[in-house]
Amino acid sequence: MSNLKGKRIMIAKPGLDGHDIGAKIIALALRDAGAEVIYTGLRKTPGFIARVAVDEDVDAVGLSLLSGSHKELVAETMRELKALNASDIPVFVGGTIPAEDRAMLMDAGVVGIFTAEMRLDDVVSELARKLSPEQAA
Amino acid sequence: MTASAKSMAHDDLALPLPRTPSGIDVPVLATPEMVRDPNPGQPAEFPFTRGIFPDGFRGRLWTFRQYSGFGTAEESNARYRFLLDQGQTGLSVALDLPTQCGYDPSDAMARAEVGKVGVSLSNLSEMEILFDGIDLSKISTSFTINGTAAIIYAMYCACADKQGVPRAKLTGTIQNDILKEYVARGTWIFPVRPSMRLIADTILFSNDATPRFNPISIAGAHVRDAGSTAVEEMAYTLANGFAYVDELLRRGGDATKFAKRLSFFFYVHMDFFEEVAKFRAGRRVWAKILRDRYGVTDDKAMHFRFGVVCGGSSLTASQPYNNIVRVGIETMAAVLGGAQSIFTCAYDEAFQIPTEFSAEIALRTQQIIAYESGISKTVDPLGGSYFVEHLTDRMEDEILKVMDEIDAYGGVVKAIEDGWLQMRLAERATERRRKIDAVDTVIVGQNAFRRESQTDDFGEVFRLDPQAAAKVIEKFEAIRDRRDNVAVEASLNKLAAAAEKDNENLMPYLIDCCHAYATVGEMVARLKQGWGEFQEPVRL
Repeated sequence: MSNLKGKRIMIAKPGLDGHDIGAKIIALALRDAGAEVIYTGLRKTPGFIARVAVDEDVDAVGLSLLSGSHKELVAETMRELKALNASDIPVFVGGTIPAEDRAMLMDAGVVGIFTAEMRLDDVVSELARKLSPEQAA
Repeated sequence: MTASAKSMAHDDLALPLPRTPSGIDVPVLATPEMVRDPNPGQPAEFPFTRGIFPDGFRGRLWTFRQYSGFGTAEESNARYRFLLDQGQTGLSVALDLPTQCGYDPSDAMARAEVGKVGVSLSNLSEMEILFDGIDLSKISTSFTINGTAAIIYAMYCACADKQGVPRAKLTGTIQNDILKEYVARGTWIFPVRPSMRLIADTILFSNDATPRFNPISIAGAHVRDAGSTAVEEMAYTLANGFAYVDELLRRGGDATKFAKRLSFFFYVHMDFFEEVAKFRAGRRVWAKILRDRYGVTDDKAMHFRFGVVCGGSSLTASQPYNNIVRVGIETMAAVLGGAQSIFTCAYDEAFQIPTEFSAEIALRTQQIIAYESGISKTVDPLGGSYFVEHLTDRMEDEILKVMDEIDAYGGVVKAIEDGWLQMRLAERATERRRKIDAVDTVIVGQNAFRRESQTDDFGEVFRLDPQAAAKVIEKFEAIRDRRDNVAVEASLNKLAAAAEKDNENLMPYLIDCCHAYATVGEMVARLKQGWGEFQEPVRL
């Protein structure tokens, strides 16, 4: 059974998108799997998200986007992390991400893309594998 | 789409549980003694279980109202003309997030979102383009707008003035339901209490100036789509509705007058009979409470009028063409539940902006049900069915129970300000998700009956004009150069001064701002100065 015990994970809502239920479901699922979860609430700028991620010393940042603005806002968040010398914090993405955009996001360095039809246990185990490769079952 | 969802074949699946998704037991056989009142009553008679019109859809079909809007006002205007040419009977405008959240397109917060999930309408000149060649005295228009609803409604009045259409002839709807935005949809701007005041302003103004217009559409749709049950959807929405009634009474409104223009909006999901019973029960609860608690006696004022969306989160990215079937079933439930207007989602709508191809199938679905299926020929054909009447009774009981829980907490406004309702919803959504993951809830093509080789292809994909945002920003800068900036400033100053007085109706001031081509962002900025912004309670 995968396990996120000891991990600090930030779930963030960049931009103006107000669909937050997916972000909250993931936050609750990660918490159930043992992680300490920091959820930002709505309408945060990439700059804010990067700053909080660094200040809170998180192990990963999850960005939830359902407004079609993922290309811009994911890239911008990664730029802001880099500007804070925090490119080593893994970024994963969830929400409505068209198939054709997924390769582009992965190429940009995103460690995982989780969409609404994935089982929560699968999201947790894939994330656990990405964050602690030695734990891979 | 990922193939990680567990695939199940027919033999592995348990039969569906004998309960509705809201948890109400379904009898093997419904019998007369299960029904509280053997006589379901007459349509158009209190408590309106069987509908609000004596002849159902015989006199007039529901409004076919497809939601659309994207990119620039020019592109959206072209899509509206296409839909009207195809027999659509009302428009429904999707607005982009900057317009919904009160940011101008040039704002740093807005840049990534201009024209994405709807059309950008930053000022009156854009609305003039949006409705170019569309006669506002003839076509009813619904705006899914909440945080900035008063401003968009003001712009619509100003647009009618420009077209030479008397405001009294305007028909349509603004969603204007801020309470559910705090719970599920997220386009709030101001704190709860000034937002409630602004909503009362729009309703009181509209009752006199645009008496055929619905100044609010109290919506359960988004709470439902986020994960609530059908019972909770109806209960939260009715509770919100009565919170608006209380605010309007506080402002000196006359319930018999304003209640006639309150309308509602829901999702229809897949459990057919529960959906039908939800609407029948909702009509009954609304009328009973208006009469018993508020002393309303006028039939029309007790009418529970509602529009619906068929689709939303019941649609899957897996085998997306199956969604056409789902929407067809949901549309039948909406008709048999007595909806006044229906929006059928395109099969790809939950995942992208529909193409003309998918949008046309969605509209045709309604037309097939209206003109071929025959289900709208008699009023409430399910009335008197032991099962449907029993389920309607049970839904009513459960809806009232949830409303009592909210009252016990201290009412919806407190429940929202504290984040309690939001937390309840997140827990319920997680529960629904777990049931799908465990295949306790079967979703064909997603967690059951998958083919290993299925491609989950949408077919044609809609692509936004990549230059749309740049065009919007260019037009925005041009209008700011062209307009009379002294007049803009004067109108904004008057608005800000009026906002300080709780009993001053802001609508005339907002209309003046719109006529001066003040922008949505400018009006919102002035109001924020006085009222502040909502502070989201983050509780998990």
